[in-house]
Amino acid sequence: MSTPILDKNTDFETRSLDAICVNTSELHHPVWHLIKYLVAGICFGIILTKAEVISWFRIQEMFRLESFHMYGVIGSAVLVGMGSVWLIKKFSLKTIYGEEIALPKKAFNKGQVYGGLLFGFGWVMTGACPGPMYALIGTGASVMLVSLVSAIAGTWFYGLIREKLPH
Amino acid sequence: MLEWLQKPWPWYVAGPLIGLMVPLLLLVGNKTLGVSSSLRHLCAASLPSKIPYFTYDWKKEAWNLIFVTGILLGGWVATRFLSHPDPIVVNDHLLNKLQQYGVTDHDNLLPGDLFNWPALLSLRGFTMIVIGGFLVGFGTRYAGGCTSGHSIMGLSNLQVPSLIATACFMAGGFIMTHFILPFILSL
Repeated sequence: MSTPILDKNTDFETRSLDAICVNTSELHHPVWHLIKYLVAGICFGIILTKAEVISWFRIQEMFRLESFHMYGVIGSAVLVGMGSVWLIKKFSLKTIYGEEIALPKKAFNKGQVYGGLLFGFGWVMTGACPGPMYALIGTGASVMLVSLVSAIAGTWFYGLIREKLPH
Repeated sequence: MLEWLQKPWPWYVAGPLIGLMVPLLLLVGNKTLGVSSSLRHLCAASLPSKIPYFTYDWKKEAWNLIFVTGILLGGWVATRFLSHPDPIVVNDHLLNKLQQYGVTDHDNLLPGDLFNWPALLSLRGFTMIVIGGFLVGFGTRYAGGCTSGHSIMGLSNLQVPSLIATACFMAGGFIMTHFILPFILSL
């Protein structure tokens, strides 16, 4: 009855550290079907912008414990997400194409600690995690394009030295 | 209605809407919410350089690149059609603190005194914009996800590694805010 959980990585090199890469639909659709992700992205971008969670000031307030806003946003998002995933599992809901929904398990590795801390540093400096970086560029904060390119460079550098890092 | 939409949205509206992105993406195509992977796909698409981590079929993950393009457009839509002219409301303590570092502009979501093109030529601006961005890209991939992939999606699916990652995001944020950022701001 329960939703199948992908608990083994079939392709370690490219997919192990990224749960998001594990979860590929086996179905093939015409390219225009991708438009639903564009619409979802637009909605996500509007929400992030209007909730001001893409603001450097809001991130500062969060870490200086001067505002509840960010805690409220993340906390209520997680609760709604949890409830939704619970319902999906409970009723074994399928996708609109009738596929079973697969929820990947994440395995612990030390990267979540070291990488997590480094990301925390960058999050406070730029005031943006990756989602907000994209949204900020859209709002006209063109200099964030430099941050985004730099983030891509950081990702590339990670790929380059990954074998040498503790995981 | 439009007037209400133009004001900043309160957390109890925005948070649940963000949470709903999780079932939305699962139901429309078996996708797990995550943004930082797009950075990896961009590397794989543009400069794989025979690095194993970037040699995979990125086109299979094209949805993620479309999704982040949408986020960018969403930022534009929100600004073009749903913006309000007032400055960002910022906590007084924070404003006072920032004033000590010559940061007074809070008209926009980003402090204009810190984030602008000429600032890239200053040590302070370069550190915050370029090195900060680099750490976001490096750290999220090392951690295997960001605020969306771990903190929202991972926690929604009760994944302990995501809880550990989220705790470390927060710890890193507190350390940077209280022990390192004051030095960067006074550069």
